[in-house]
Amino acid sequence: MSESAERRSVTDISDVTSQQSSTGLQRIINTQPFWVFVALIIICVFMGTISDTFLSERNLFTTTRNFAFMAIVALGMTTVIVTGGIDLSVGSVMGLSGIMAGITLAAGYPLWLGLAACLLSAMAAGAVNGFLIAYLRMSPFVVTLGMLAIARSLALVVSNNRMFYQFGPDEGLFLAIGGGRLMGLANPVWALIVLTLVFMWLYRYSTWGRHVFAIGGNMEAAKLSGIPVERVLMSVYMVSGLMAGIASFLMVGWLGSVTNALGQTYELQVIAATVIGGANLMGGSGYAIGAPIGAALVEVIRNSLLLAGVDPYWQGTFLGGFIILAVLLEKIRGRRME
Amino acid sequence: MAVLELQRVSKSFGAIRALEAVDLKIEEGEVVGLMGDNGAGKSTLVKIIAGNFPPTAGTMLIDGQEVHFSKPVEARRKGIEIVYQDLALCNNLSAAANVFLGREIKRRLGPIRYLDHKAMYERAGEIFGELKSETRPRDLVHRMSGGQRQAVAIARTRLSDPKLVLMDEPTAAISVRQVAEVLDLIRRLKETGHAVVLISHRMPDVFAVCERVAVLRRGKKVADKPVADSSPEEVTALITGALHEA
Repeated sequence: MSESAERRSVTDISDVTSQQSSTGLQRIINTQPFWVFVALIIICVFMGTISDTFLSERNLFTTTRNFAFMAIVALGMTTVIVTGGIDLSVGSVMGLSGIMAGITLAAGYPLWLGLAACLLSAMAAGAVNGFLIAYLRMSPFVVTLGMLAIARSLALVVSNNRMFYQFGPDEGLFLAIGGGRLMGLANPVWALIVLTLVFMWLYRYSTWGRHVFAIGGNMEAAKLSGIPVERVLMSVYMVSGLMAGIASFLMVGWLGSVTNALGQTYELQVIAATVIGGANLMGGSGYAIGAPIGAALVEVIRNSLLLAGVDPYWQGTFLGGFIILAVLLEKIRGRRME
Repeated sequence: MAVLELQRVSKSFGAIRALEAVDLKIEEGEVVGLMGDNGAGKSTLVKIIAGNFPPTAGTMLIDGQEVHFSKPVEARRKGIEIVYQDLALCNNLSAAANVFLGREIKRRLGPIRYLDHKAMYERAGEIFGELKSETRPRDLVHRMSGGQRQAVAIARTRLSDPKLVLMDEPTAAISVRQVAEVLDLIRRLKETGHAVVLISHRMPDVFAVCERVAVLRRGKKVADKPVADSSPEEVTALITGALHEA
């Protein structure tokens, strides 16, 4: 009996491995980021044929740079949404951390200190969110809505409503990091590529990533399995804050100035990019690659509407419509699976 | 020596006495059915053994040594694994990921530790093979039948080679054919020398796989006898109180 059981388990494994290789492509085709990517290509080809400027090097350069900021924040947002949460404070946290970077550099401190002030303030805001959500079991929506107001107000308090545009001894380097380019791509795009690869790795190969998905799938089960649910949840909001801080640091360097209004209403675009990229608002599923793809679609559509001469006042309507449409598609897909 | 021994274990929640001086002994490789109506104290007893909360009075011994648990992890370290009633699985993860949840196999590359998917798929496949289950390690739990989900939950208990597996209503919400599968899984656990406590409402299941049946009524143990010396009618009478003690 044991022999047959052994033989059977061996065939089971080979069945499974051969099955996996045949479904590798299928797996990719079944994901939302793939279809959004297809849609993106179609829109680009279409716009390329009707507009001379769309596929110009200049337009591609600015478009990719514009969505890079959004996508970097969306990587953090995707992680939060996978746990079944939401982070409405990312735009305000960008404002606060951008001001922190600006005020530190303007006071004549070196670049690394400006970077530290930026990222630490962003992570501190995330830590407050995470603590209240993970340990006090408060609703992510309410907590991060509160932080949206708090961080924006702190940015005003700290900056005293001043604009910062002189960044001390390391100004040249600071502006070059955010505004420069390398091998034809804007630096923020390179940052996005690296960060996307990091998140893909984290989701697939780290225990942390595995636990993030487990919490989104079934928090009770995760707890019973001995996963430190509170610690992981708190870290997720800190990561979201960190991504907002990184995006903010690059953005201020690119803009060459910072006011407390930096990142205002940015959470809307970021959530749109995340949801379009395939993160399920109910938690449990999401893709790191979905963040740049979703952000690219949002930006390309915005850009296309501008090039097509549509009144920019309509942009919010399209953005909001896309959020609702993405969630609707998810719902329909979920129903078909059952 | 008994794998698990409870001596006069009691538990009160305020004025409510959920358990009163319950004795229970589980020997190595023994399958014991624990039966009782809703509110009889089965869940309380399971939670005490699993380390969810301590008893108000009485002692618990594992391999003859007194133990005090304050967290489920401590019970697991002492060789007690629990298959929860609602199965406690993550639907969005693969079977293998669920089996290894919280106990992932990792590899090290310099300072970086990363998940060893191949090892986990293989080991999960081996365990499913041992359990004679058709479950495939890479399948998502969310597309699985009740019986397959049960196999995943049971496979979790096989990682640590536990002394005792507690199963809380494993056949409550699944089809008849799947029930047979689960009962086979329980027999497989017994064959490999694991003691099993089967908490169940379903009389036929208990009589199919258990050697002994213990009955709780209103927090007291009213019967504890070999299945061969009892009958479903007698156990039903004990559960409802038509028969006081046996």
